[in-house]
Amino acid sequence: MNKSTKTADRRTIRVDALARVEGEGGFFLTLRDGKVEEARLEIYEPPRLFESFLRGRDFREVPDLAARICGICPAAHQMSSCQALEKAIGVADRIPPAIRACQDLMYCGQWIESHVLHMFLLHLPDFLGYESGISMAENHKPAVQRALKLKKTGNQILEIVGGRSIHPVGACVGGFYSNPNPARCEELLPALKAGLEDMCDLTMFLAEKVEYPDFEQDYEFVALAPDDEYPMNRGPIASNKGFRVEQENYLDVVEEKHVAHSTALHAVVKGRGPYHVGPLARLNLNAEKLHPRAAELLPKVCKAVGRSIPWPNSFLSLPARALETVHALALAADILENYDPSKPSRIQVEPRAGTGAAATEAPRGVLWHRYETDSEGLITSARIIPPTSQNQAQIEADLRALAEKMSLMDDETLCLRCEQLIRNYDPCISCSAHFLRLHVTR
Amino acid sequence: MADSTEQPPDGKPKLAVYKFSGCDGCQLSMLNLEDDLLDLVQAVEVAYFLEARRRELPPPYDIGLVEGSISTPEEEERIFQIRRDCRFLIAIGACATSGGIQALRNWADVEEYTRLVYPNPEYIKALETSTPIAAHVFVDFELRGCPINRNQLLEVVTALLAGRKPVIPTYSLCIECKRLGIPCRLVSSGQPCLGPITQAGCGAICPSMNRACYGCFGPMEMPNIEALGNRFGGLGYTSGETVRMLRSFNGYLEPFKQASDRYEQVDKDG
Repeated sequence: MNKSTKTADRRTIRVDALARVEGEGGFFLTLRDGKVEEARLEIYEPPRLFESFLRGRDFREVPDLAARICGICPAAHQMSSCQALEKAIGVADRIPPAIRACQDLMYCGQWIESHVLHMFLLHLPDFLGYESGISMAENHKPAVQRALKLKKTGNQILEIVGGRSIHPVGACVGGFYSNPNPARCEELLPALKAGLEDMCDLTMFLAEKVEYPDFEQDYEFVALAPDDEYPMNRGPIASNKGFRVEQENYLDVVEEKHVAHSTALHAVVKGRGPYHVGPLARLNLNAEKLHPRAAELLPKVCKAVGRSIPWPNSFLSLPARALETVHALALAADILENYDPSKPSRIQVEPRAGTGAAATEAPRGVLWHRYETDSEGLITSARIIPPTSQNQAQIEADLRALAEKMSLMDDETLCLRCEQLIRNYDPCISCSAHFLRLHVTR
Repeated sequence: MADSTEQPPDGKPKLAVYKFSGCDGCQLSMLNLEDDLLDLVQAVEVAYFLEARRRELPPPYDIGLVEGSISTPEEEERIFQIRRDCRFLIAIGACATSGGIQALRNWADVEEYTRLVYPNPEYIKALETSTPIAAHVFVDFELRGCPINRNQLLEVVTALLAGRKPVIPTYSLCIECKRLGIPCRLVSSGQPCLGPITQAGCGAICPSMNRACYGCFGPMEMPNIEALGNRFGGLGYTSGETVRMLRSFNGYLEPFKQASDRYEQVDKDG
């Protein structure tokens, strides 16, 4: 809902509830004489207090509980929590490659499902001038059907690995309760390969036919950066402005601040300020590690959008997501082709007192979990830093820059462009806490 | 019911989807109806669904789907207007039907919980409890699950459009498990399976993946929790462990709540 007011030198535009994002929220922007006085992304999603009620629970219950933080990226929360707890109880080094591959497969499903939903149903309508994917489908039904089919492929991967796509039940600390059913894997492979070809086409469509606003910013990009693979489940955490730390030491370089207008804590790089996590950060820091199928598209995409890597423009998160979807489809097909169902699905885990932290790359960026366990395996402390709360300060900085650039535009145009900008980050407000309000005062 | 349903000019019934405290997963179940989604939006006018579209049509609406629990003062107010706006109000998912996982606070001191998460707890407005929608307003139907089964959602919407009662089983998961021919986790491998007291509907996914049911569809109709608790005791599980098993996604829903309180007392008494 948009509300605008105007006085002699000051305009106010409000959007109380931003559409096509996960969770509820809005923004607040005040401009006086064309200058931004204040830009706030307001997150008032009801606090659900996970870090408190996880205390006292058995470590083996955590992946299922943590999944419920977010219905759109539950597998990401499961992967971060499993790996943090595998470190806490001292078995992380013993997880064999076959189980790691299954964790990657699960993550591929999560990225495909989440990225396709966001690109085609939530974000693309902004670029093509529709209020929703539903309206877009009236004029572009075949394209929307292709997207829904790809989304379904992502969900099917999650169903094979985890039984269902929302709050999957397969993953546990130490691996998976059972291996994926080989017959179902075989059945999925042709759809996966067809989906890969289709996504390559759609990626070029997004690169060539969609116009991206010129909006270059001096971003600090932060993402996992393993040596020899595109980031998903492993690797140190790195920045384009110089830091590179082990996952355990993330809090040496970033800190969270609590501000009055948000139930999400704002994260900043210590001594510097806002930073950017997500597909664009991953791509800018790891472009050379993309799967060959995505790597061969990259130069063509760069040519079409008129910019070589790095892309310091948050609107280019859309083609970045598309390239990552190609990567995930190709990687999932590789994993399924090499799948050996005779390998054990999990290793034995026993309670132990310890501390473990792990970060994985959720669809929206670095998702960091840290746990302490006691000798009986009960959780004594939990800390979760989701991607959207890390992006929140960056989104506000972007809003400020955009509003100043567009201060001569009418309210409706400015408002739409601000919403589109916020959607560049695919904000997942349930994760960060929830409730985003968009108010513009000028 | 169809005769008195108010219809927009094009004859389609209007659907609204609302979110309260929860994870968005149950709303997403609707978007996950990939094969049926475009048909569904042909059959109903999606009049209010913030996660999917920017356009909002004014109330009244024929069907309102509510995801999430009531956990803040603002939500406590908002649900009354929504009840007035919707002819049929359907609570979807464990949060809306039981208070959800965040109802674990109902057994704790919320101020202390808030202090643990937020450095400035005075900025946070949370109710002492997280409660289901039906604790606040009359609800026409409750669809269980954490998350809901998307096919059951389709059944509920279809039934309402056709003017009949939704066919949603209230028997135990065991029936579903037996039909699928899955070996019993409790009997054959001694796993602490909540299937015998849990409502069917998920497709027995946990037993089919070699793990015990953890009760995400909540209690079946008339469960015998004590008999299952005795069996768990015989397998060596403590009362404290049984309390944790019952207190998860539907923990605040009777009779799981009552049983967990009883086992907690047993645990304290040693």
